[in-house]
Amino acid sequence: MGLTLAEKVWRDHLVSSGQNDDPDLLYIDLHLIHEVTSPQAFEGLRLAKRPVRRPDLTLATEDHNVPTQNIELPIADPISRAQVEALRENCAEFGVPLYSLGDEEQGIVHVVGPQLGLTQPGMTVVCGDSHTSTHGAFGALAFGIGTSEVEHVLATQTLSLKPFKTMAVTVDGELPAGVTAKDVILAVIAKIGTGGGQGHVIEYRGAAIESLSMEGRMTICNMSIEAGARAGMIAPDATTFDYIEGRPHAPAGEEWDEAVEYWRGLGTDQDAEFDTEIVLDGSALTPYVTWGTNPGQGLPLAASVPDPGQIVDDHEKVAAERALQYMDLQPGTALRDIDVDVVFVGSCTNGRIEDLREVAELLRGRTVADGLHMYVVPGSVRVGLQAEEEGLVEVFQRAGADWRNAGCSMCLAMNPDKLRPGQRAASTSNRNFEGRQGPGGRTHLVSPQVAAATAVSGKLASPADLA
Amino acid sequence: MEKFTVHNGTGAPLRRSNVDTDQIIPAEYLKRITRSGFGDGLFSAWREDPEFVLNKEHHTEASILIAGPDFGTGSSREHAVWALQDYGFEVVISSRFADIFRGNAGKSGLLPALVEAEVVEKLWELVEDDPTAEIEIDLIELKIRAGDLEAEFVVDGHVRHRMLQGLDDIGISLGQAEEIDSFEKNRPVFKPTTV
Ligand code: SF4
Repeated sequence: MGLTLAEKVWRDHLVSSGQNDDPDLLYIDLHLIHEVTSPQAFEGLRLAKRPVRRPDLTLATEDHNVPTQNIELPIADPISRAQVEALRENCAEFGVPLYSLGDEEQGIVHVVGPQLGLTQPGMTVVCGDSHTSTHGAFGALAFGIGTSEVEHVLATQTLSLKPFKTMAVTVDGELPAGVTAKDVILAVIAKIGTGGGQGHVIEYRGAAIESLSMEGRMTICNMSIEAGARAGMIAPDATTFDYIEGRPHAPAGEEWDEAVEYWRGLGTDQDAEFDTEIVLDGSALTPYVTWGTNPGQGLPLAASVPDPGQIVDDHEKVAAERALQYMDLQPGTALRDIDVDVVFVGSCTNGRIEDLREVAELLRGRTVADGLHMYVVPGSVRVGLQAEEEGLVEVFQRAGADWRNAGCSMCLAMNPDKLRPGQRAASTSNRNFEGRQGPGGRTHLVSPQVAAATAVSGKLASPADLA
Repeated sequence: MEKFTVHNGTGAPLRRSNVDTDQIIPAEYLKRITRSGFGDGLFSAWREDPEFVLNKEHHTEASILIAGPDFGTGSSREHAVWALQDYGFEVVISSRFADIFRGNAGKSGLLPALVEAEVVEKLWELVEDDPTAEIEIDLIELKIRAGDLEAEFVVDGHVRHRMLQGLDDIGISLGQAEEIDSFEKNRPVFKPTTV
């Protein structure tokens, strides 16, 4: 029997196979680090007097805690500042390369890796962060790990793990205009549920997936974790190779040819079998938004807030009731009638250049609705510079949007960008949990296009709704 | 990790079941950047009560926590284990542990000793009678000995092996240094580095 993409990458990283019920030892090609989940791992190394085995396969950046305004000033919150300072000291002590606030390469860890050409097909990539699944868009096996595992990788450049199960999510057909990668993944999660992918690596395939840009593919793989999966992957193809070629850490010359030849052989074999298979018709999709407090509580924008009374599953009914109460929504309200206070464009899900282009396209010649605050936050400094070069920043500012510096920003309430209690946001990020964007804040997950249209109209809207 | 073969110490009776990790170490401590020092936060809400068992003078030196069933439920935070160790515990005895806690404890070298419920009862009585009673935890023979009590306990075979050898997960993987070296020699040259 043939192998799936995930199984091939696993096979090619086996340092040793576990006997009986023992785990395998897997080599890690790239270890990304940020300030929140690494301090105790470095401390563990120090206590055991162990060095970092491969600082040259490790990269750190500051993202979760950094402010997106006045970045030249010291970080005001003492806890945030302590975490960032600890990262700087640890990286200096252990020789790990770090892109600090103010550096041209600084940004969200999952935006920085791909943009530098460090994320490549067939690699194993880990980070103490669940959205490491983003890197799977390149055909890498990429997943989040806990702090003890961060220490394990720092010390050994390996992880002991048991193989994951495999799941194929096939999205056939052509996506209609105005339907983006974000809508696809929100529809997938709504279909299989937030636990549907548990224990699995999802491989996304089918015509609709193949037609996506690398940015779109990253958006899809990013949210695999929201379906409960360990990782998401997409087979590398010409789109992947074109994106990587010429980037700072991409192979060049003969090495490039050798690499491409290897990458081409990674795709899932014809006769490989998945543990689970799901199929979706991409041509039937429409813009999706979430109405509740988990990413599986999503519906087409044309729908209305659901009535928990109609939900058969008891567990889901209770969850829906609680969600509507927190979100302050009434069953039957058209989603298009929901007023929004804040629009957030950014995060490792949708903070890349293509996302900003889509938003600028819609904002050109229009203005942000009265009383609505729109944040546009690039996923990295490079994305920001490119947006400036392309004239996008001017479009954002003319429309009345608030253009910021790179970071996780309003994706999570760990830096000064937060929702106030009761505020409602349309957000291009990945989690709509209670309080995720600030205590008492309410989040609707949307695509960049829906975010832009919503900013203009003041209510949840799609580009087609703009006159 | 230090080798663990036979441990002798005194016990603290925690007469509670369903002790979740939020009780062991509250979320507000998770923002810290160190692994040490979590002992301060151990059972912090309960320790405000002067009558709480760990506040009793004769139990402050205890290194063996004797707890009710379902110890370590709730969030998977590794800090719960760090807090117990930092406070000075080397063994937790219970008749039922939450899976994740048991895994985390084994990884860090805190021995989760699983016993029959009646053993917990007997140990509670013993240390309440005489807080200075010495308890012996024998990981070689998987026995608990205290006074005239001798009882068996259960621990995951892999964890036992590691603790007896003084190996942590990292130590075990470093034990395969040769395999790692040879894997690295054969890695394709086109794989990127970060420098
Ligand atoms: S942007 Fe959000 S999801 Fe992504 S790494 Fe930052 S906090 Fe996590």
